Amino acid sequence: MEIGVVDPFIFRLTIFVLAIFIGYYVVWSVTPALHTPLMSVTNAISSVIIVGALIAAGPEEITFSKILGFAALTLAAINIFGGFTVTQRMLTMYRPKR
Amino acid sequence: MSANLSAVAYLIAAICFVMALRGLSSPATARRGNAFAIAGMVIAVLTTIANPQVIGYDLIILGMVVGGAIGTLIALRIPMTAMPQLVAAFHSLVGMAAVLVAAAALYAPEAYGIGTAGDIKVASLVEMTIGLVIGAITFSGSVVAFAKLQGLVGGSPVVFFGQHAVNLMLSLLIVAVAIYFCVSQSTDAFWVVTALAFLIGVLIIIPIGGADMPVVISMLNSYSGWAAAGIGFTLENTALIVTGALVGSSGAILSYIMCRAMNRSFFSVILGGFGGDAGASTTKVGDKNVKPGSAVDAAFIMKNAESVIIIPGYGLAVAQAQHAVREMADLLSAAGVRVRYAVHPVAGRMPGHMNVLLAEANVPYDEVFELDEINNDFATTDVAFVIGANDVTNPAAKRDPQSPIAGMPILDVENARTVLFVKRSLSPGYAGIDNEVFYQDSTMMLFGDAKQMTEDIVKTL
Repeated sequence: MEIGVVDPFIFRLTIFVLAIFIGYYVVWSVTPALHTPLMSVTNAISSVIIVGALIAAGPEEITFSKILGFAALTLAAINIFGGFTVTQRMLTMYRPKR
Repeated sequence: MSANLSAVAYLIAAICFVMALRGLSSPATARRGNAFAIAGMVIAVLTTIANPQVIGYDLIILGMVVGGAIGTLIALRIPMTAMPQLVAAFHSLVGMAAVLVAAAALYAPEAYGIGTAGDIKVASLVEMTIGLVIGAITFSGSVVAFAKLQGLVGGSPVVFFGQHAVNLMLSLLIVAVAIYFCVSQSTDAFWVVTALAFLIGVLIIIPIGGADMPVVISMLNSYSGWAAAGIGFTLENTALIVTGALVGSSGAILSYIMCRAMNRSFFSVILGGFGGDAGASTTKVGDKNVKPGSAVDAAFIMKNAESVIIIPGYGLAVAQAQHAVREMADLLSAAGVRVRYAVHPVAGRMPGHMNVLLAEANVPYDEVFELDEINNDFATTDVAFVIGANDVTNPAAKRDPQSPIAGMPILDVENARTVLFVKRSLSPGYAGIDNEVFYQDSTMMLFGDAKQMTEDIVKTL
C-alpha cells in the first residue's frame, strides 16, 4: 500500500464515529425523568441542518436552489425556535420539593 | 471568515451541543444545558452567515422571522399533554429540511464545493442520497406518527397481506434507483428516490400500534439525527456531522430503553401489528368478581393510610387529570400521608411523558420515582393508586409465558395492601389482555373518568 495523504472523508468519518461514542455515554447519563426534554432538545439541535439551508439561500440571484434553501431554512427555524422554547418551558416546570 | 476559523467555530458549536445533553443528567443542571444548546445554535448560524458566499440576506431574514414566529407561538401554546405529537411534527420538519438541503446541493453543488451541476463527486452523491432517503423516511414517518397521536387517524395498527414483502421490494427498488442516481446524476432519479422514500416512511409506521409509539418517536428521533449526519458529510460540515451523531445515538438509546421496558425486540416493534384487537385474550374473563368502590371509599382509605404510591398512565394524559391528582396528593400530604409517584418507562406515548405532565402539575421531581427505584416498596405500601395505567401493572407479564407482554418489567402494585384502580371499565389495555389485579381481594375498582373521579376524591378529602 502506497503511503499518501489521508482522504478528508476519513477525518470526517473519525469525527462521526467518535461523536457517536460521546453521544452514547452522555445520553446514558440523562435521567429518565428528562427523556421528553431530551427528545425536544435533540430535535432542536438536529435543526443545525439550517447551516446547509443558509448556504443554499445565500446567493443574491433567485435560483431554484435558493428557493429550496429558503424553504429548508424556514422549516428549520420553526424547529429551532419551537424546540428550544418548548424545552425551556418544560425544564422550568421541574422543581424540587420546597 | 476564513475556512479554518469557521471550522473552529463549528467545533465550539458541537461542544455546546454535547454540554447541552450532559446538562440533562439532572433537573438542576438541565436549564443550563438548554442555554448551551441555544448558544451552540447561535454560533453555528452566525458562522454560516459570515461565510463569504452568503450575501443575499432578504430571504434568510424572512425565513428566520416567519419560521421563528411560527415555532415560538406553537411552543408557547402547546399543552403538555400534546408533547408527543409536537415532537413528531418537529421531527418531520427536520426530515423535510434534510430533503430540501439535499436537493439544493444537487442543483447548486458549487455553493458547497462538491463539484458542478451534473458533475458532482460520487462520494458526495452517495452521502447526499443517504441523507435524502433517511430524511424523507423521517418526514413521512413522522407525519403518520403525528396523525396517529393527534387522533387524525386511528391508533390501531394497519396491516395488510404481504406487507413485509412490499416493504422489502420497495427498499430494494430505492437502493437500485439510488445507485442509478449516483451514476447518472439524473435529477429525475433524485426525485424518484425521494418519492419512494416518502412512501416507505408511511408504510413503515402504519403497522405500529398506539402503545408502541414511544419506540416509534424515539426511532424517528434517531433517524432525524442520521439524516442530519448524512447531509453533514455531503456539506463537509463537522458541526452537522457531530450533531447528527449525537442525536442519532440519543434516539437509538431511547428506542432501546423503550423496547427493554416492554421486553420486546426492536424488530418485533418495527414489524408492527401489535396493540390492536388482534392480541385476543387467553385469560377467561368469565364470572370473576370485582369490588367496585366510590370516591368516598377511596378518600377514606387513602386518608387513613400511612403511604400512598400513585401510578399514572396514558389515561391520565387523555383525561388531563394531572392537576387534580396533584391536588389530591397535596391534601393527603397535609393529612400526614407519605405520597410518592411511580412511573413506568413506557407509561404514556413518549419517553418521559408522565414526568413532564407531573412536573406541569407542580409535582416536585424528587417525589417521582422510576420503576427500579420504587418497585420493592409496594410490599410495604398501604395504597397503590393506579390512574390511567393498566398493562404496566399486569402480573401476567411475570406469570404467564404465553402472554403478549410476558417478561415485561411491571410495577408490582399487586403487593400493596390496597390497590385502588381508576378505570372507565374492565376493558383490557392496549395489549388486549385481562389484568388479574382487578379481581384481587385487595383491589377496589373506581369506575369513571380519571379526572372526574380524582376531583370527587378531592372534594371528599
